[in-house]
Amino acid sequence: MYVYDEYDQSIVDARVEEFRDQVNRRLSGAMTEDQFKPLRLMNGLYLQLHAYMLRVAVPYGTLDSRQMRMLGHIARKYDRGYGHFTTRQNIQYNWIKLADAPDILAELATVQMHAIQTSGNCIRNISSDQFAGAAADEVADPRPWAELLRQWSTFHPEFTYLPRKFKIAVIAADEDRAAMRLHDIGIQLLERDGVLGAKIFVGGGMGRTPMIAHEVKDFITADHLMSYLEACLRVYNRYGRRDNIYKARIKILLHEIGVDAYREQVEAEFAAIRDLGIDPPLAELERITAMFGGPDFATDAPDTVDRSDPDFAVWLDQNVAAHKQPGHAIVTISLKPIGGIPGDASADQIDLMADLAARYGHDELRVTHAQNIVLPHVRKADLHSIWTALRDAGLAEANLDLISDIIACPGLDYCSLANARSIPLAQKIGERFAGRQRELGELKLKISGCINACGHHHAGHIGILGVDKKGTENYQLLLGGSGAEDVSLGKITGPGFDEDGVVDAIERVTDRYVELREGGERFLDTYRRVGMQPFKEAIYG
Amino acid sequence: MVDPITVNTNAGETLLRFRDDVVHDEPAVTLDAFLGQTNATAVRLEAGDDARELLDHLGQIALVEISFPTFRDGRGYSAARILREAGFEGELRAAGDVLVDQIPHMRRCGFDSFAPEKPIDGPTLTKLLALYPQPYQKAADARVPVWKLRHG
Repeated sequence: MYVYDEYDQSIVDARVEEFRDQVNRRLSGAMTEDQFKPLRLMNGLYLQLHAYMLRVAVPYGTLDSRQMRMLGHIARKYDRGYGHFTTRQNIQYNWIKLADAPDILAELATVQMHAIQTSGNCIRNISSDQFAGAAADEVADPRPWAELLRQWSTFHPEFTYLPRKFKIAVIAADEDRAAMRLHDIGIQLLERDGVLGAKIFVGGGMGRTPMIAHEVKDFITADHLMSYLEACLRVYNRYGRRDNIYKARIKILLHEIGVDAYREQVEAEFAAIRDLGIDPPLAELERITAMFGGPDFATDAPDTVDRSDPDFAVWLDQNVAAHKQPGHAIVTISLKPIGGIPGDASADQIDLMADLAARYGHDELRVTHAQNIVLPHVRKADLHSIWTALRDAGLAEANLDLISDIIACPGLDYCSLANARSIPLAQKIGERFAGRQRELGELKLKISGCINACGHHHAGHIGILGVDKKGTENYQLLLGGSGAEDVSLGKITGPGFDEDGVVDAIERVTDRYVELREGGERFLDTYRRVGMQPFKEAIYG
Repeated sequence: MVDPITVNTNAGETLLRFRDDVVHDEPAVTLDAFLGQTNATAVRLEAGDDARELLDHLGQIALVEISFPTFRDGRGYSAARILREAGFEGELRAAGDVLVDQIPHMRRCGFDSFAPEKPIDGPTLTKLLALYPQPYQKAADARVPVWKLRHG
């Protein structure tokens, strides 16, 4: 894991001081709310329906147990005893007092954490593969590159007032666990002639105009990654639309001028700046990479697991993935208990997960974009002990990638933008399908409470969009989306439903899928083979 | 220069300048007007103007003023860097909705003069400019990025 040196620490400490001063100027009236807003947003502080919400960065989703415990401490001391893990691998607290925010940042800084650029029209937290460093299918650990990007993007002087927010993801495997092509910039590391480099995709995103990112650069090596990305951002900063907030993302610029014209402009800009000394030396990437060397895995760890406990075996099959090191495994802890709030964890649960990481998991945890927590490096021999502890804490739901493993935005229960509630709907769906979800297999269901798509509904095998229909909440159903390597955008089925109606409609869709599926087809495979029509007939008769 | 010199111009503007030469006294003209004649020495770029159109004429320009119609409009940051990267050494002035919290970033992008619509609080600015001991990235100023400090 990356460990701050004196430079990193001094920058984060300075930020705490700067923000404390900004809050004081706001509280004293020296600054208007309009002037304060972009400054507090750059520190992840939003004004929600009921209170301030603070979003804390978890760079590329990686934490150690000490940092995880700090998240529990903040939940207990400054919030109502829980936190909410987000689709950008961050955590947010929904009941924060403005006057407490500087103290929270000061506490975070003691464990090398911050809330820098977790909102605002700037480069946001860099996201990555939650299995990085543990997955057998990666060409390299993507996190050193993500850390290099974190440093480059932190307080970038040119790109702090972009037309709109800017999200970057880095992966290093063919299996895309980070929805890479639904980012403003998606980076896939690959090896060519023995050299590690990056393929660059630009212009993806969800929101009200979902688009899949285009390949803009076939291969760029680490020694010119920053100057190339500066070129990508500069073209956007200069020519992205600023007249309409809903058309200000980079995907709209690419859509309007075309990917070829965009690429040409980027190449011209890159030619002008590539030799200006913007790029750090390769020694910097090597310095960072050395810290991600990974733990020393036991080479003699037993590779077999006792499956005699049937409940444990179910969890093992659903929530445990293969690790690159024999005798080891990757555990995903579901934060989607049936009837619970997707992504929420209590302070006690956060502490327990930290304890498990410290005791069994080489002190590492990950946050996933699907709002779950991962213990990336555990011994198979310890799986039963881990499961027992999780079960006792209500964290052993065996539903990874099943229909109740729902991504949901906070919705109308918290968010001032929402048109409809997401959380109660997620709870109803979980309850309706709990008994038969394993029979349905992999089925990624995602709910957004408005067209801004924070709940990734475009990328759901089944997506739900909450809208406001003449003052009542109404839900539209989409089928066929995917945020993975087989990326696609869902299509709307037809007229929407009320809350119970949409749950019934999903049941009709899944019933039809069970009738139609062949062999080991997932719902998404069946949908792609047979198309929308059979499902429409099932829903609307 | 760490702290700015405050200058009141004949036009009634208050400038914060991080340079000690004499204020250029020719009023800036628009980009179109500049490109349409041969002897202007001060140009004003609107937020959407292409700074690259000036690159062939940098030798004759003493002042480029870049407009910030609202502090949220970040195009001027790129315009400034483009001019500095091309070797422009004249006065680079940010004019309009320039707020104290934006000035440290503007300094890094190459601005060395500010014509804010509303007065800037001097002590706050001094504090902000000294706040961060070093930046993470190389930009258009002389500050040394962290990676350079780490690796020499």
